[in-house]
Amino acid sequence: MLAYLVKRIFQAIGVMFVISLIGFAIQDNLGDPLRELVGQSVTEEVRQELREELGLNDSFTKQYTRFLGNALHGDLGTSYFFKEPALDVILKKLPATLELVFGATLIIVCLSVPLGVMTAIRPNAILSKFIMGASIIGISIPVFLTAILMIYVFSVGYGWLPSFGRGDVVHVFGDWDTNFANVDGLRHIIMPSFALASIMLPLFVRLIRAEMMEVLQSEYVKYARAKGIRPWRIYFVHALKNTLLPVITVGGVQIGTMVAYTILTETVFQWPGMGFMFLEAVNRVDTPLIVAYLIVVGFIFVVTNTVVDLIYGLVNPTVKLARLGA
Amino acid sequence: MSILNTIPEPSRWSRIKKSKIGYSFRSNPVAVVSMCIFVCITIMALLAPLIAPFDPYDPAQIDIMNSEYPPVWIDGADPQFLFGTDDQGRDLWSTILYGTRLSLMIGLCAVTLQAVIGISIGLISGYVGGRLDSLLMRLADIQLSFSTLMVAIIFLAVAQAMFGSELFSRYAIYFLIAVIGVSEWPQYARTVRATVLAEKKKEYVDSARVLGFGPLRIMVRHILPNSLSPIFVISTVQVANAIISEASLSFLGLGMPPSQPSLGSLISSGFDYIFSGSWWITAIPGVVLVVLVLVINLLGDWLRDVLNPKLHKG
Repeated sequence: MLAYLVKRIFQAIGVMFVISLIGFAIQDNLGDPLRELVGQSVTEEVRQELREELGLNDSFTKQYTRFLGNALHGDLGTSYFFKEPALDVILKKLPATLELVFGATLIIVCLSVPLGVMTAIRPNAILSKFIMGASIIGISIPVFLTAILMIYVFSVGYGWLPSFGRGDVVHVFGDWDTNFANVDGLRHIIMPSFALASIMLPLFVRLIRAEMMEVLQSEYVKYARAKGIRPWRIYFVHALKNTLLPVITVGGVQIGTMVAYTILTETVFQWPGMGFMFLEAVNRVDTPLIVAYLIVVGFIFVVTNTVVDLIYGLVNPTVKLARLGA
Repeated sequence: MSILNTIPEPSRWSRIKKSKIGYSFRSNPVAVVSMCIFVCITIMALLAPLIAPFDPYDPAQIDIMNSEYPPVWIDGADPQFLFGTDDQGRDLWSTILYGTRLSLMIGLCAVTLQAVIGISIGLISGYVGGRLDSLLMRLADIQLSFSTLMVAIIFLAVAQAMFGSELFSRYAIYFLIAVIGVSEWPQYARTVRATVLAEKKKEYVDSARVLGFGPLRIMVRHILPNSLSPIFVISTVQVANAIISEASLSFLGLGMPPSQPSLGSLISSGFDYIFSGSWWITAIPGVVLVVLVLVINLLGDWLRDVLNPKLHKG
C-alpha cells in the first residue's frame, strides 16, 4: 500500500511538473510583458535594459527554474488587468465557483440516489421508463442550452428567478462570501446549480441503476430477502452500500470535470467565479492570469484524482494494487 | 439437384436484412425512427447549398434591415424567411442548414481522428505489451483524468490569444477537429487494447504467427477486424459527444466565428437577444442540435444492446 501511495504521489508530481512546463511555455510565448509594463513610448535602449533586468534574456532553463521557484512560493505573476497577484485574483473568485459546484453536487446526490434506486427496483414501471428516457434526453442537451432554457422560462417568462450574478451574498471570512445564508443568495444559486447538475445527473442515475441491478441479483440480497428483512432496508442499507464504491470513484473524477463545465455555466449566468474570469482573461490576453488559472485548475484535477485513486485502493480490497500501481 | 443449385445467392442487402442486427433494427421502433431522423438531417445538411434558399456566407445576400424577423407562424413575419432571421439579417433556415453541416463535419472528422490515433495506440499497446503498454496506458489514464472540455478550452483559448482572433477564426475548424480529436484518443485506445488482449490468445493469431506474418499484418488484417464491434459502439457515443463539445466551444466564442456559424455559435449569437424576445435565434438551432445528438445517442444505445448482449442497459 505504501509503495502504491508513493508511486501515485510521484505520478501526481510528474503531472504537475508537465502542467507547469506548459504554463511556462504559454507565458513565454504569449504577449510581451514589456509592452504591458511600459507601453509603446520607451526607447529601444531602455527596453533592452529592462529586458536584462527582468531576466527575459536568460536561457530557457534558467527562466523556467525561476518560474517554478516562484510558483512553489505561490507567486504566479501579476495580472495585467487587475494589477494584483494572479493567484490572489483567482483565490478571490474560487469560493463562488466552489459554492456552485457544491450546490450542483448537492442536487446530484439528493436526486440521483432515489431515482437510480427506484429505476433499478422497478425497471418496468412507467415512471422508471420515463426517468430513463428523460436521462438520455438530459445527456443529449448541452449544459449551456439547459441554462439558456431555464433563463428563458424562469427569468424572462415567469420572472421567478434572477438570471445573472450572485445577488445578495453574506460575508463569512476572508474572501469567502456565501450564497447559502439568505433567500436572495439562494434564489440566485438555484438555476446555475441545476444547470450544472443537469449534465451529470443522468450519468449518475444510470450508473446507480446499473450497479444496483447487478447487486440485487447477488446471493446475499436473496438471502436477506429469505430472512424476511423489510424490502426498503434491503434496498437502502444492504444493496445501496455496495453500489456506492464505483459511484464514489466516478463522482470524484466528475468533480474535476465539473470545473470545466463551470466555465459554461458561469458564462451563461455571468456568475463571478473562476471560469467567467478565465474567459475574460482570454479576451484581454491577460497571460499571467491564464497561466495561473491553468496551474490552479490542473492542481485541483491532480489532487482530486489522486485522492480518489487512493480512496479506491483503500476501500476496495479486491483491487489489484499491482495493476493500479504498475 | 440442378433445381436446388439455381437458388440465387442472397444479395448483400437481403443478407443484412436477415441478419441479427437487421432483425433487431426492424423490431425496434426507436432505432428505426432515430435512423430516419439522422439520415434526414444528414442529407439535408449535405445538400445545404442546394436546398437553402439563401447563402449565409454571401454578404451580398444579407441585409441588416431584415434582422430579427420572427418565424412565419408568428405575426410580423416576412414570408420569405421560414424560420425568421437572426441578428445580422441572415435567413435562419439556411444558416441552420449550413451550421448543421459544419457541426456534423467537425464531429465526424474529430471522431475519425480519435479513432485513428486511439486504434493505433490500442493495437500496439495490446499486441506489444510490456513496458510500452504500461507507459501508453498510464498516459491514457492521465489524459482521461483531465476532462476533454477543459483541455480543449485551454488549448483553444491560448491558440486564440496567440494567433489573434482573425487568423484563429479562419482556421477555427481545423483547431476544433484537432483538439477534440486528440484529447479523446484514450477512449478508443482502452477499448481496443482490451479486445486485443482477449483476441491475442486465440488460435487464429497463433496460426498467423506460425505462417510467418509480420506483427503489423497480424494487427491490422487479423486482430482489428475482430475488434470492430466495440469500436462501432463507442464511435456513436463519441460522435454525439464531439458535436456537443464543438457546440460548447463555439458557444464560448472559442470555436466557429459568427460569420461562419456552426449550431453552437448560432445559439451563442442568439443568446444576446433572448431578453429582447427573439427566442427563435437560440431555440431553433438548439432544437436541431438536441435532436441530432439525441438520435445519435439512441442509435448508440441500441447498437450497444445488440452487439453486447452481456452488458446491462444503463
